[in-house]
Amino acid sequence: MSQRKGFYLLTLLVVLLPLLFPDNYFVTVVAVSAGLNAILAVSLNLLMGYAGQISLGHAAFFGMGAYTSAILTTKFAWNPWPAMVAGMILTGTIAFFMARPVLKLKGHYLAMATLGFGIIINIILVQAVGLTGGPDGLGEIPTLSFFGWQVDTDLRWYIVIGSCMLLVVWLALNLINSRSGRALRALHGSEVAAEMMGIDTTATKTGVFVMAALIASLAGSLFAHQQSFVSPDSCDFFFSIELVTMVVLGGMASTYGAVFGAIVLTFLPELLVVFEDFEVMIFGAILMSMMIFLPQGMFVGMQNLLQRLTHRRSALPGEDPNEPA
Amino acid sequence: MPSDPMLKVSSVSTHYGPVQALHGISMEVYPGELVAIVGANGAGKTTLLHTLSRVQNASAGQVWFDGMEITRLPPHKIVAAGVCQVPEGRQVFAPLSVDDNLRLGGFTQRKDHHWFEQELERVYDLFPILKEKWQQAAGTLSGGQQQMLAIGRALLGRPRLLLLDEPSMGLAPLLVEEIFRIIQQLNEQGVTILLVEQNARAALGIADRGYVLETGSVVLSAKADELLEDEAVRRAYLGY
Repeated sequence: MSQRKGFYLLTLLVVLLPLLFPDNYFVTVVAVSAGLNAILAVSLNLLMGYAGQISLGHAAFFGMGAYTSAILTTKFAWNPWPAMVAGMILTGTIAFFMARPVLKLKGHYLAMATLGFGIIINIILVQAVGLTGGPDGLGEIPTLSFFGWQVDTDLRWYIVIGSCMLLVVWLALNLINSRSGRALRALHGSEVAAEMMGIDTTATKTGVFVMAALIASLAGSLFAHQQSFVSPDSCDFFFSIELVTMVVLGGMASTYGAVFGAIVLTFLPELLVVFEDFEVMIFGAILMSMMIFLPQGMFVGMQNLLQRLTHRRSALPGEDPNEPA
Repeated sequence: MPSDPMLKVSSVSTHYGPVQALHGISMEVYPGELVAIVGANGAGKTTLLHTLSRVQNASAGQVWFDGMEITRLPPHKIVAAGVCQVPEGRQVFAPLSVDDNLRLGGFTQRKDHHWFEQELERVYDLFPILKEKWQQAAGTLSGGQQQMLAIGRALLGRPRLLLLDEPSMGLAPLLVEEIFRIIQQLNEQGVTILLVEQNARAALGIADRGYVLETGSVVLSAKADELLEDEAVRRAYLGY
């Protein structure tokens, strides 16, 4: 499946769902949080899947966006739009200054540093009661409006988040196939070899880290306005882990994989509700078997499987008729 | 030699923590030359190349390229200046396609798009097997093909000085011959080459001059054919 075809297919899916199933709980409610998760997973995948820099603190950037929007609109009566931009500027700046020291670390150490960062942000959100409302969170966050078009129904939120997700996916796809995207992927393989290609590895890593943080902040702001309520629980350590799981489950280094992982991990718990007490056990078992049978991730694994099946049928396997561009 | 050296290394030392790997190395490479650095395992050959491209920091001494000091320049600026490296063990980007690998080689050449596309064609002509497999992941290539890819990738960085680190490593004798023929051909086309090799005979066979490295110091330097005749070199590195 080519990147472009995949994007059309995804767009078609996003457009068709509410038309086919209007007023369906799964479409207007669950799909909206799946969309937000997809935005986050795609941004984390840029960092983790492509550039190979693991982050266990991605939810912190999400939280920073969400809380900046929440605080500025409720306590200082800002318009949601400048508040959203302020959130992105704050998050981007923090990510920028964090990137240099943190991204010098590799592997487990990088994981620990980002984990620590996530926990620190969460503690601040819990402790700064005067500003953040502490563990109770902040409520009555106003909704968004586009030139008088109030985003006040589930379906309207579906449209907003769906469009944002498509935009982020499109951005990610373009980035990966660009010169900078190649640099990112090179970094993943070997930093020394990437340096020998003339790639400024520090600048490249900082760039992708800030970019992932900006997207996460945007998702956080959208989340705050959509839920009209934020609490430290919505951006805690477990959410960071969930995001990592989405990326790994869908398949690392695949933008569609990240979207797929986000959708599965958002819908699965909702569907498993019928099992009541066994819900979490079955959820865990599904995740385990997925990783055992499709170790490259569900999306990438199934894609490869499909490719092998269609390849076997075609007359001449292996040879590609195309010439280099 | 008539002209100024293209690369001038003066008393460069390198440390890995407390361990000194290079002890005041001095050497020159003149424009158009093919210079070989030979020596046993652990003599500091790779460390020297890494210090030149500043993947490794020098603890003392200076490196000059084209009259410009590059000792403290970050690696990407050294590549942009025209010093490209074919790393030891090839280090191709395994999951990326052959074409993407080559395009990464031209990372610093984005301004001259026309030159790049032409050079890409030239590399594909030089290594037809790469053209055949342009869409395949580089990791699926054989060792010899990966070596060709690594050389092609470095050529796309528009090298004025090409650093080659053990291009014969892990290759069958016939392939080694093929790779060395290509290296010689590149040199004849005007690329200045600094070649680091354990395979002293093959390297000195195509080089103009050679340096012998032993435990981090230059112990001998002479014309390549003189080194091939040298009693001590023969006994130590050529085995006859």
